[in-house]
Amino acid sequence: MTGTSLADGGVQRAIARRRFLDLAFQALALLILILALGSLIALITDVWRDGFSRLSWDFLTGFPSRRAANAGIWHALSGSMLVILVTGTLAVPIGVASAIYLEEYSRRNLMARIIEINITNLAAVPSIIYGLLGLGLFVRAMGMGRSVLAGASTLALLVLPVIILSTREALRAVPPSIREGSYALGATKWQTVWYQVLPIALPGILTGMILALSRAIGETAPLISIGALTFVAFAPDGLWSPFTVLPIQIFNWVSRPQVEFQANAAAGILVLLALLLTMNAAAIWLRDHYQKKLS
Amino acid sequence: MSDPATRLTALGALASRSSQHQHPPVDRPVKIHAESLNFSYGSTRALTDISIRIHPNVVTAFIGPSGCGKSTFLRTLNRMNDIIPGTRVEGKVLIDGTDIYGPGIDVVALRRRVGMVFQKSNPFPKSIFDNIAYGLRINGMAGTRSELAERVEESLRQAALWDEVKDRLQTSALAMSGGQQQRLCIARALAVRPDILLMDEPASALDPIATQRIEELVYDLKKTYTIVIVTHNMQQAARVSDFTAFFWLGRLVEYDRTDKMFTAPAEKVTEDYVTGRFG
Ligand SMILES: Nc1ncnc2c1ncn2[C@@H]1O[C@H](COP(=O)(O)OP(=O)(O)O)[C@@H](O)[C@H]1O
Ligand SMILES: [Mg+2]
Repeated sequence: MTGTSLADGGVQRAIARRRFLDLAFQALALLILILALGSLIALITDVWRDGFSRLSWDFLTGFPSRRAANAGIWHALSGSMLVILVTGTLAVPIGVASAIYLEEYSRRNLMARIIEINITNLAAVPSIIYGLLGLGLFVRAMGMGRSVLAGASTLALLVLPVIILSTREALRAVPPSIREGSYALGATKWQTVWYQVLPIALPGILTGMILALSRAIGETAPLISIGALTFVAFAPDGLWSPFTVLPIQIFNWVSRPQVEFQANAAAGILVLLALLLTMNAAAIWLRDHYQKKLS
Repeated sequence: MSDPATRLTALGALASRSSQHQHPPVDRPVKIHAESLNFSYGSTRALTDISIRIHPNVVTAFIGPSGCGKSTFLRTLNRMNDIIPGTRVEGKVLIDGTDIYGPGIDVVALRRRVGMVFQKSNPFPKSIFDNIAYGLRINGMAGTRSELAERVEESLRQAALWDEVKDRLQTSALAMSGGQQQRLCIARALAVRPDILLMDEPASALDPIATQRIEELVYDLKKTYTIVIVTHNMQQAARVSDFTAFFWLGRLVEYDRTDKMFTAPAEKVTEDYVTGRFG
């Protein structure tokens, strides 16, 4: 009897201790969350206060000007959208196809391991390196000049590893039993991948794709290094056109000595944030839409 | 006599006696004929020297303790093991006299002829209709829309599922009950008109009523198909099958008419297993 009650006391103490630790950890996590969210909100409110008054239809559709109050952002906004569109057109098919090959077709041998490790490492290479590669390869060696195509090709290289990795992740999440069910009916590998695996993996692939492109839209360094920083006062009119993008235009305005341009920069940041939020919302919507269709 | 040590001695005796006695003494046509089949996953041997003749239009049950190689052997019959990297097969499997591991065999065509139903039902996350239509479409077996619809209905009727789902063919297959999902998988396999149907513990995850429906279905289907069913349930084997093969430690220990296997097995290990003394 005494033995049991002694043990009970010990157990209770241990439970109390664990409860305390649990609570302490919760409090700490909450504190960190508040700090992180708080600074983010502070940042956005600050930008909002500085830039909101500049947001207008004229600002969105206008072109740069020496007078801050007349300056617009259409050249950079259209530049960003065109560059991302071309980046996606280049990177998504190649990335998804590579992932399908690696995940579904390639043999699991040393070569596959080496490729795998390299892709993972490429995803972590600083973007300026891609910029230098783009400058050497696309701008100079391939003679694309400082064009939309050169910029988009550079960004495509940058996001390719991310697209490959996220697509492989999505493919790997498809249950093997689905593949077996398909093969057992006399489906070829291609039919199995195309009709069964890809539709199930699609929400994951789309999410990865949009997140990768959202990353590309905020990139500045690689585009500066291929020379997109030069003054461009018009919207791009094709793949070979010179261009600028939102982050570069923002950078340009921030570095002006006149205070009025700071308001333009803040407004530009709001436009960039809105574009990013739209893309992320699209990612979420697509994922939910296709997941609902599947279940 | 039923302790593991004696059983192992029995296995040694079996191995040295080779495989002559493993064929039931019946004079029937042969649908599937495995000859000295060995199978390994990488360096792990899973099947040793399996020889068996499986007859058409009967139900053959594979029984044996978990891990003895029933599923592995079943999957060698439609070459499903091919998709697992590093596996190796030696020996022959003749279906209608043709070695399915021989040169020039089209695995895709083989799998259409030898259908398979899995232990865990695996309907595609699509509509009921599309689940059945998939096999028809990929095999180019449905010319027109009405032909396709006809074949889908026929398969669902064969699997005794039509009356339950005819009003909701376009709803998701994942919304069905477990038993219905498994019968859908059977219908899906039947749609491409196989002549052999392999079933790997098709009722192990189902409740007794759903299990009974599957068993009745198996009984009906053997008129048209050659059926091989893996089961860990002795009563089920006794109820549904005409022939039973007992596997143990990767070998085929005994194969005979089901009634004989359950009443007067030739091997001591078989008797121990079917009477529930181990497994
Ligand atoms: N994919 C696999 N890779 C490696 N070993 C496997 C695999 N599948 C089964 N095995 C092994 O092969 C043996 C036979 O397994 P299995 O055929 O699934 O037995 P059963 O269906 O009779 O329970 C077991 O020892 C099992 O661990
Ligand atoms: Mg099994």
